[in-house]
Amino acid sequence: MESIVDREDGLNLKATELRLGLPGREESEKETMASFKNNKRASPESAVADGSKGDFDAGDGDRETAPVAKAQVVGWPPIRSYRKNNFQPKKAEGEAGMYVKVSMDGAPYLRKIDLKVYQCYPELLKALENMFKLTIGVYSEREGYKGSEYAPTYEDKDGDWMLVGDVPWEMFMSSCKRLRIMKGSEARGLGCGV
Amino acid sequence: MMNYFPDEVLEHVFDFLESHRDRNAVSLVCQSWYRVERFSREKVFIGNCYAISPERVIARFPRVRSLTLKGKPHFADFNLVPSDWGGFVLPWIEAMARSGVNLEELRLKRMVVSDESLELLARSFPNLRSLVLVSCEGFTTDGLAAIASNCRFLTELDLQENEVEDRRGQWLSCFPDSCTSLVSLNFACLKGEVNLAALERLVARNHNLRSLRLNHAVPLDALQKILMQAPQLVDLGTGSYVHDPDSDTYNKLKSAVQKCTSIRSLSGFLDVAPRCLPAIYPICLNLTSLNLSYASLIHNSELIKLIHHCSQLQRLWILDCIGDKGLGVVASTCKELQELRVFPSDIHGVGSAAVTEEGLVAISAGCPKLNSILYFCQQMTNAALITVAKNCPNFIRFRLCTLNPTIPDPVTMQPLDEGFGAIVQSCKGLKRLSLSGLLTDQVFLYIGMYAEQLEMLSVAFAGDSDKGMLYVLNGCKKLKKLEIRDSPFGNVALLADVGKYETMRSLWMSSCEVTLGACKTLAKKMPRLNVEVINENDLIDASSDDRQKVEKMYLYRTLVGPREDAPEFVWTL
Repeated sequence: MESIVDREDGLNLKATELRLGLPGREESEKETMASFKNNKRASPESAVADGSKGDFDAGDGDRETAPVAKAQVVGWPPIRSYRKNNFQPKKAEGEAGMYVKVSMDGAPYLRKIDLKVYQCYPELLKALENMFKLTIGVYSEREGYKGSEYAPTYEDKDGDWMLVGDVPWEMFMSSCKRLRIMKGSEARGLGCGV
Repeated sequence: MMNYFPDEVLEHVFDFLESHRDRNAVSLVCQSWYRVERFSREKVFIGNCYAISPERVIARFPRVRSLTLKGKPHFADFNLVPSDWGGFVLPWIEAMARSGVNLEELRLKRMVVSDESLELLARSFPNLRSLVLVSCEGFTTDGLAAIASNCRFLTELDLQENEVEDRRGQWLSCFPDSCTSLVSLNFACLKGEVNLAALERLVARNHNLRSLRLNHAVPLDALQKILMQAPQLVDLGTGSYVHDPDSDTYNKLKSAVQKCTSIRSLSGFLDVAPRCLPAIYPICLNLTSLNLSYASLIHNSELIKLIHHCSQLQRLWILDCIGDKGLGVVASTCKELQELRVFPSDIHGVGSAAVTEEGLVAISAGCPKLNSILYFCQQMTNAALITVAKNCPNFIRFRLCTLNPTIPDPVTMQPLDEGFGAIVQSCKGLKRLSLSGLLTDQVFLYIGMYAEQLEMLSVAFAGDSDKGMLYVLNGCKKLKKLEIRDSPFGNVALLADVGKYETMRSLWMSSCEVTLGACKTLAKKMPRLNVEVINENDLIDASSDDRQKVEKMYLYRTLVGPREDAPEFVWTL
């Protein structure tokens, strides 16, 4: 709870100030902070006459304030917890950006791509083709990647190497740990129904 | 003259009265009308389960067949009410079971429902047809299994946004083969798996099924099979809408959807592969209701493509990632729109401005039938609100929520008093209003002056002094529910007109300036109010200082005095 920054009179450091008061509220932050610390409300005598807003729900007094420009207020915005809990962020779980390593057999170094940039397999494969200057061929369930020496594969959550394209895109996104572009006889073994 | 009619005739006349308010009114006319009305009333609505006891309800309405109950205060939705505050349905079910009530329909909102309650319900009322649970908690799928197993004539099981613990017990399989009466089944809020084969068989044998809302665990191929069995559906909530659009399954889905020519309402899409959306285009033309407010994975452009097909929409629930531009498309496409809800998609971060006042203005200009709005936005201007008020004088519900609760008009840096003032002045039929943004006492002056039909007002971080609250209490004659948080209203406002609260259902005040002493005074003067003080951090007892401010106060009119099930941090004065 040491997120309270000394306020200097006349200086408005709202943008970066760590504060527990509401954005836009300038008065009586000192009282607010003090009462927050004690988990008690400011007593009537010290309440500011110019109409500052009340404290936060004192129950949250022990919560650490995250250093964001907007203060986090309990119950605001007013959305049902059910909706909040079911909300699926657009980002994949974990860090922003879903970068995975891409190795290609015979290449001296690996590359990295952000899977979230792509909406579907054709886009991903095209990007790989551009990155490594090769042709991957067309996917089919029966024959894998026909018409090319290369087959794109990925390592899934279980550690198995899988052919790219078999499962729905979203499922692939959530299970892909890294990519490997296989080449030559290995690839033919995988993709081409030998 | 009416006194010479036999009771049966009176009863027959009363049958035409649909609303409980009308029936309440006729029961006040005279003794004989009261008597006839109470014996013929079948549907009872209890807006606050603590305002009356189950025994007294049953005593007055012995022929009750349908009961609607509401429990926790509205702000419980936003975690402002501690979870064990109350609102238990068990005593009601026990009382009805004891009295041999022939219960057919039970509708609960914001109540605590245990498995024990559900089991008792299922065992005690063989004619139970309809169970609707909205924003309830406390039960598991075991309770649902009891309902499925025992309610032989069940037509409706509607679970909306409840917190349900999943026990993986195959509750859906508990519907016996003899169950063929289902008209409505909504289990979208359940988190666990259901037996898909059992679900398909259930749908296949329930030919009257009109409304079906699946949960996340039902995949697209199951949906396809279900739709083949139920082309008569009127309301559909998809489960997981993810598949490879180049697959056989998807093609089958497309043709199944085309046969579903009766679908008027669509929801779900919690998990969605946007490239599979075109399958639903054929039914979009007929849609009157569309809920995409959980479909955060649909990209803006796909959303807009979809909306283009939906020219008959009357109700739209959507996420703010549709943007102002997208709302412009809605405005030009959906000319029949009556209700719009725009929910925030980015609650946690300092996100980009998804919708602003522009979107709202566009909607108001393009949709002349608009009467109900819930709008979460980054910012709002007075000019925009004034324009909206002019374009749409028919609002019945107007709820605005700026993501920053005290943000002023960004153009003029003024409070939003004038904007909301325009709304209440123009919309003479306004019944529900939620305020946000920077607001002074002035907005309350306007509300008190103009909002003559207002029944529910939600206030947060607004006003300067007691005057604000007084304007509302004095002016809004039809006010039923007032809920206030984090606003500088105190004892003077609270105590100015204590009689007012008996004309209202309830008053909630949290993080305001009200002291314990004032609450005690109020409770003493008004024995037919329960004044509950909720202090979790500082338990209130006899030694507490009267000058101490209360964290939360909830008062409501009641005929049965303090409740006996209050937890220790709730003190009824």
